Amino acid sequence: MIFDLLGVPPQALFGQLLLGLINGSFYALLSLGLAVIFGMLNIINFAHGAQYMLGAFCAYFLLQFAGINYWLALIIAPIVVGAFGIVLERLFLKHLYKLDHLYGLLLTFGIALILEGIFRRYFGSSGIPYSPPQLLTGGYNLGFMYLPKYRAWVVICSLTVCLLTWFMIEKTRLGAYLRAATENPTLVRAFGINVPRMITLTYGFGVGLAALAGVMAAPIYNVSPQMGASLIIVVFAVVVIGGMGSIMGAIVTGFSLGIIEGLTKVFFPQASNTVIFVIMVIVLLTRPAGLFGRTT
Amino acid sequence: MAVETKSLPASAPTQVSWSELIAFVLMVSFLIVAPLFIYPVFLMKVLCFALFACAFNLLIGYVGLLSFGHALFFGWSSYVAAHLAKVGKISIPYWSGHWIVIPLPPLPPELAILGGTAVAALFGLIAGSLAIRRQGIYFAMVTLALAQMMFFFALQAPFTGGEDGIQGVPRGVLFGVFDLSNIMTMYFTVFVIFVVCFLLIYRIIYSPFGEVLKAIRENEPRAISLGYKTERYKLAAFVLSATLTGVAGSTKAIVFQLASLTDVDWPMSGEVVLMTLLGGLGTVFGPALGASIIITMQNYLASAGDITLHIFGFTLAMQPGQWVPVIQGAIFVICVLLFRRGIVGEIANFFRIRL
Repeated sequence: MIFDLLGVPPQALFGQLLLGLINGSFYALLSLGLAVIFGMLNIINFAHGAQYMLGAFCAYFLLQFAGINYWLALIIAPIVVGAFGIVLERLFLKHLYKLDHLYGLLLTFGIALILEGIFRRYFGSSGIPYSPPQLLTGGYNLGFMYLPKYRAWVVICSLTVCLLTWFMIEKTRLGAYLRAATENPTLVRAFGINVPRMITLTYGFGVGLAALAGVMAAPIYNVSPQMGASLIIVVFAVVVIGGMGSIMGAIVTGFSLGIIEGLTKVFFPQASNTVIFVIMVIVLLTRPAGLFGRTT
Repeated sequence: MAVETKSLPASAPTQVSWSELIAFVLMVSFLIVAPLFIYPVFLMKVLCFALFACAFNLLIGYVGLLSFGHALFFGWSSYVAAHLAKVGKISIPYWSGHWIVIPLPPLPPELAILGGTAVAALFGLIAGSLAIRRQGIYFAMVTLALAQMMFFFALQAPFTGGEDGIQGVPRGVLFGVFDLSNIMTMYFTVFVIFVVCFLLIYRIIYSPFGEVLKAIRENEPRAISLGYKTERYKLAAFVLSATLTGVAGSTKAIVFQLASLTDVDWPMSGEVVLMTLLGGLGTVFGPALGASIIITMQNYLASAGDITLHIFGFTLAMQPGQWVPVIQGAIFVICVLLFRRGIVGEIANFFRIRL
């Protein structure tokens, strides 16, 4: 086998590839949300990582205090956290649309600090375990690797959500309004469409996507207050690499960078933390606008 | 970039305004008498962060570039200065297993600070030339990502001591004359470094070069159309800002005899943004004031004992130190929503003076 030639047992290789694919699906979901939010609100949502963390904690609370299982949490948590996002948008973000981009970044950074600070105060730095649902425990032996059911589910589910989002934005009437309002909100309003409400709902939707990723991440990584902070920085690098101009671009970039990171863990583990940043540097040197970006 | 800064009253920009002169005299005289009644180590911490914030402000306040990665220069300069002062020997890997070794003895503090500053300048050149390839919001994300990459290098590089950092850095003897283990000698050394750098920044801001920077901040396409190579100006400003940040970071390493991961991690990048925003983006004295407020708050909350509140039968145990990030986040939100000019900026705007 070719893998033996490279000196890596196939179990380890495919295991890391799968983990890379899972990380990639979180990168894709989060950068998708960032791109959708940026398109409508002109704000880079620094609180995205904190909202991902909120999603995971929401699932944990639902299980702990209401006995609500994973499957329901998968629906309820994004709605709850999305609603919280809508409150944030109505209270704070809506005042910033006419200002420079950087104020949106600073405000959402402040919100992220507050949320993560509160959760660290009450839940400490160590993570809380969250077990996967009964139906998805165990796995399949594929001969060349062991495939845990839950991990397969995460990859399939997030890929489906990503593609549905893409379909909704690129192929439906609602998506057409959204894209039009991104280009020229005043003109779209003149056609009688309530753009401010669309902006609010878009933010709620983007935040909901982050929370969904958080719920899916809860059984794989522990639920912890810092789970979003380091992730969001990597997702920023992913966004810089892909550019926020295209939805499909965000999905493709997210998944492929996850896979590359997984492969790096196998062949050059020292660089696994930094490989995405190194790729970002290379992209900045060769294609400054990003792989799918429009020159701005 | 439409950063809201103070609106300048009509006066020749090269002329020193009386308000700035008075504020400067007040600041310097306060700093001279302060160590008599305030703990000098605390004052030195304030001065190091004030210089850091002033250096950072050069970029955001006068070019409109938001760097979210200044911890990179602050942290790495402090590592390099600490290493030079404590060990000296430099080993650089250039191929697996091969090292270029420069056998230096432990260096005196002035050379250690110089070394840390030089490394910050070099990193500023590299990071700056990458980051200015993207505009606006992407610039912030690129700088943040680059800083995070260098954080992981700092975590893995053998000389940084990983989680422990570099401890027990000797303060040494400055120029072979001033023994820095004397606290007052150390204090006035930091004082002189701060004042010199502060005046340098002031000089840069009101130089013709600084005027071009402000033109880029207000309207970059227009500056380009006037024939300015704005990329070069932005890069120069970035390198200057990184270099001065390097002075602050190196000095901090010598003062506290310590370089650690805290200084190179992303919350530090956020903290300097907060200090500058609170004091006033694009004001001369704002960043220093913002830094003093934030550092004072941190010190106060960290040293305050546990507070137990009894409200309506609920017992609420408060450990104030744990709330620092929450309070900082709240200050961000309040500043952005209510006073984007910052404290000094609002004062200057109210009295129509330059500060």
